[in-house]
Amino acid sequence: MMETKNVIIVGVGGQGSLLASKILGDLFLTKGYDVKVSEVHGMSQRGGSVITYVRFGDKVASPVVDEGEADFIVSFEILETARWLSYLKKDGQIVTNLQEIEPMPVITGAAVYPENLAEKIKAKGVKIDALDCLDLAKQAGSAKAVNIVLLGRLSHYFDIDEKLWEEIIEKNVPKKFLELNKKAFRLGKNA
Amino acid sequence: MRELMLGNKAVARGLYEAGVEFVSSYPGTPSTEITEEFVKFDDVYAEWAPNEKVAMESAFGASLAGRRSFCAQKHVGLNVAADPLYTMSYTGVNAGMVIVVADDAGMHSSQNEQDSRRHAIAAKVPMLEPADSAEALEFTKLAYEISEKFDTPVLVKMCTRVAHSQSIVETGERKEFKKDYEKNIGKYVMMPGNAKKRHPIVEERTRKLAEYAETSPLNREETGGTWLGIITASTSYQYVKEVFGDSVSVLKLGMTNPLPENLIKNFAKKVERLVVVEELDPVIEEAVRAMGIKVEGRNLLPGIDEFSQNKIRAAFGKNFGVGESLEDAIPPRPPVMCAGCPHRGLFYTLKKLNCTVLGDIGCYTLGAVPPLAAMDMTLCMGASIGALHGFTKVNNEAAKNTVAVIGDSTFVHSGMTGLANVAYNQSKGTIIILDNSITGMTGHQQNPATGKNIKGEPAGRIDLEALCRAMGINRVRVADPYNLKEIEAAVKEELSIDEASVIISRRPCALLKEVKHKAPLKVDADKCIGCKSCMKIGCPAISMKDKKAVVDANQCVGCGVCAGLCPKNAFGSVEG
Repeated sequence: MMETKNVIIVGVGGQGSLLASKILGDLFLTKGYDVKVSEVHGMSQRGGSVITYVRFGDKVASPVVDEGEADFIVSFEILETARWLSYLKKDGQIVTNLQEIEPMPVITGAAVYPENLAEKIKAKGVKIDALDCLDLAKQAGSAKAVNIVLLGRLSHYFDIDEKLWEEIIEKNVPKKFLELNKKAFRLGKNA
Repeated sequence: MRELMLGNKAVARGLYEAGVEFVSSYPGTPSTEITEEFVKFDDVYAEWAPNEKVAMESAFGASLAGRRSFCAQKHVGLNVAADPLYTMSYTGVNAGMVIVVADDAGMHSSQNEQDSRRHAIAAKVPMLEPADSAEALEFTKLAYEISEKFDTPVLVKMCTRVAHSQSIVETGERKEFKKDYEKNIGKYVMMPGNAKKRHPIVEERTRKLAEYAETSPLNREETGGTWLGIITASTSYQYVKEVFGDSVSVLKLGMTNPLPENLIKNFAKKVERLVVVEELDPVIEEAVRAMGIKVEGRNLLPGIDEFSQNKIRAAFGKNFGVGESLEDAIPPRPPVMCAGCPHRGLFYTLKKLNCTVLGDIGCYTLGAVPPLAAMDMTLCMGASIGALHGFTKVNNEAAKNTVAVIGDSTFVHSGMTGLANVAYNQSKGTIIILDNSITGMTGHQQNPATGKNIKGEPAGRIDLEALCRAMGINRVRVADPYNLKEIEAAVKEELSIDEASVIISRRPCALLKEVKHKAPLKVDADKCIGCKSCMKIGCPAISMKDKKAVVDANQCVGCGVCAGLCPKNAFGSVEG
């Protein structure tokens, strides 16, 4: 029996994590796994810190991932990577965007945005794959494609054919943005 | 067909397959998507009602007319609709009627953490609790059969983790359902003489439902180790299975009102230790204890916040590991008003004028977050106007700097009655209707003031200015919150006048697709003196770099509120 695998997708409300979780969920479903995805809607989406859970395996019970359980953290923003770090399992893998988005307490001067977060996480012996997804997304044609760039990078860690990833992406994005998203996926994958 | 489906969408699918023809709801997280998904099916009717009470009464009317009907609301929405619910328990239904109430343990998007199971008990109606999307679909269909068989409205309780989680469902075909209306004064006209005859029927129905619960497939025993027996329901069941798998015995309740007493007693006899795992109130635990059974629950797990697998592990003394963390303090990231939010300019003005602000439920509740922090109270839908009336009645002076702020959708929901009281009983405060032409916080639903229906088609439209005047408010004016001078002048003038007034702060939500954005602004670093005047509005697109303000062009929509605050005219358009 396959142990349930856990992915958490973290970021700032409005960054597109719902689409990323939808694609991952569909992908694992197509591979024949039992899947659960848990999201947060409403108040937290207004620029707050958001976390989405994706779990797959032979039989998945809980819809959420708890601290110390995540095989993967997929992060849209480096401060959020640090915030949810304790959710990573020992030997888990982080795939993160290096982008920094200042939260309101930092903007108002009530708090400081910590420096060199990726290096500090690495120094803890944590496996972290960090890249500038915003830049790659812009290269692909839209700053909004950060989510697909991240999935492209994440695809390294799964033994799933690129064709299948692309099929699932095609199912989930509007046709006119398909080429852009395919490009974003490859840029992330080959970064 | 096998698909991955959101719990709320699975409810909508269940409604469709059950042949439901009429859905009326008021949006509220985490219930909103049920109605949004249902309206996507062909040949069904769904609508946004002005509030939950109207929605439930409308669904009741459709049931009376012989069509299966439905309404959904969040937990606090059921408080608004409690009035029809408690008496619909007496009348029963004609065609089946099902009501979803969506609880929010953990308060992801709510003002309290009340437990809706108390409503089911008090109203004496059955309650089903699905634990995943497949059950959400299946229970919804079964709820209609229960509703018709036992002649009762049926509550289906969702919670955030069932409503907003996707899991696998098998979909089926729709079966049409039609019944005729038959006049029955004794059953449907609830005046004392008739209601007295209905009450014993309600009590007898509860007894029969309890009997049904003993053998219903909704409740099931999963036999495992007998050293521990756990009674659980809803999402708590999933956490229990995650932690214990098949190593313990579980009594999973899909129907939590009324409870199956014999099933519980027999289960208790088989296990050495009995624990109830339930979020929020100890409803099942207290009932089990009242049956004379030794049971644990609240001694192990709190009645506050939602559960998770680690909380269950901790409660039962099981070990679990937690990942790394950094030494750095990680600044919190609370939700904020979006860049270009039309509410921002208004709240900046209210703060500048040092107003006491009685608030309401919506995106603008974020006016309470620093640096604006321009809010003194938020209670429930519509409370801003009621509270303003009382606040200014007992303190005449307060009327000179106290305002109520309420969104367009919330005003129609239950602010109108508050305004009627202000006009009728002659208090003197200023009410500001934040008309952003949409129901914002729940994700852009139309309402009676937008002129569009749930599908975005042209519909009736309440003229807010004419309505306020018709209610007896003589001073009604419109101001643009992007224009700081205009909005400040309006607030100052209305506060200075010794009678009640309404300001409609009108500007559509910046996230609406049809809203055309201006080019992002850019700070001329040579002009910027780093005075931070522009930082007072708490715009997420503005930050300070090297003692100069900078605008994030990805977020900025060119609303210009920041530019209006700059003493050096340092803000210019990227295009200009």
